[in-house]
Amino acid sequence: MYNSDKVIPGIIIFIIFFTIPMWLNLGGAKAIPRPELPKEEKNCVESKEYMRAYHMKLLLKWRNMAIREGKRTFVGADGKTYLISLQNTCMKCHKSNEKFCDRCHKFVATHPDCWHCHIAPEEVAKLRRWQNGNR
Amino acid sequence: MAIDRRKFLKIAGLSFLFGTGVFSLEEFVLCRGDEVLAQVVGEGKKGKVRWAMAIDTRRLTEEDCKRIIEACHRAHNVPDIPEPTKAVRWIWEDTFEHAFPELAEEDPSEELRNRKYLLLCNHCENPVCVRVCPVQATFQRPDGIVVQDYHRCIGCKFCMTACPYGSRSYNFFHPKEYLKHVNPEYPARTMGVVEKCIFCYERLDQGKLPYCVEAAKGKIYFGNIYDPEAEITRVIKENLVLVRKPQLGTKPMVFYIV
Repeated sequence: MYNSDKVIPGIIIFIIFFTIPMWLNLGGAKAIPRPELPKEEKNCVESKEYMRAYHMKLLLKWRNMAIREGKRTFVGADGKTYLISLQNTCMKCHKSNEKFCDRCHKFVATHPDCWHCHIAPEEVAKLRRWQNGNR
Repeated sequence: MAIDRRKFLKIAGLSFLFGTGVFSLEEFVLCRGDEVLAQVVGEGKKGKVRWAMAIDTRRLTEEDCKRIIEACHRAHNVPDIPEPTKAVRWIWEDTFEHAFPELAEEDPSEELRNRKYLLLCNHCENPVCVRVCPVQATFQRPDGIVVQDYHRCIGCKFCMTACPYGSRSYNFFHPKEYLKHVNPEYPARTMGVVEKCIFCYERLDQGKLPYCVEAAKGKIYFGNIYDPEAEITRVIKENLVLVRKPQLGTKPMVFYIV
């Protein structure tokens, strides 16, 4: 093999460089994210398992029903009817996106843009404080 | 029979003059409520709903206008941006000249000229904004309300150019930074989307009246214009009524009682 004194170290450096994230995180496994669940309410609109797996599908369905179709009632798994609204239904229990949604989303590096527009109850106080500081 | 160029141009010119003359007479003189109603609504469709608004400009005072605008903007988290060219507004007051530019030359009375007019999205039966939207972010509901879906809006501003009433605003800034009051029950918008009045469809769906109608304390009428028994149809029929730019054929659903 020609130039093996350069090629082999080159290959080794290449492999090390590309597996660096693996080496850096070795042994330091991060804890599984623990979103803060609401204390007062135990039941969501659907079962825990369904919400864990398909909450994004449900939210998309709600979004289309409320805005495109003008339907504002949803019948949950327990037979109860709910008002279709992110801020007036979901966020009455899940009061903070930072302590609930973002904990898992950050872990899996997904960045839904709900909070560009929608206002979480805990954000209201923050916005008000921000306003007072700027005026 | 062959027609030469000269003759063709003569006929075309004459028919153009005649045509526009007749149309303008018909469009501009009309002011009686029942005739406006017949022109804008036509036969109507029985059993269907078409929300409409009638603003009684005779009774609206300046304080009323302020209160109404405040009620709407506060409830819908409309940002308060001081720069007039970049301001966001759902409902606002303006002069007669700006509200009815083609009638300003017809020499309206001093009193009519000095009134303030509340302007908002007209929720046209024939909305131009809906036709030009490339992503169907703005669409017309079966009850006639023209809705803006901020989830889909890409901020191209075609609808703003198309709307003859200037009722659409673009978010040049992050609106959350310009909120004076925060209503936690309603979302704000994000930078780069177009927003406008939505006739409070979220309240109508729950059987409530729009915020402006509530704040006007009986000086704004609201209802189903296809229902001949409804109060709104009655007040429009019985009064002198103006609609904005009827000659464009957009069939606006906001009527001004004068």
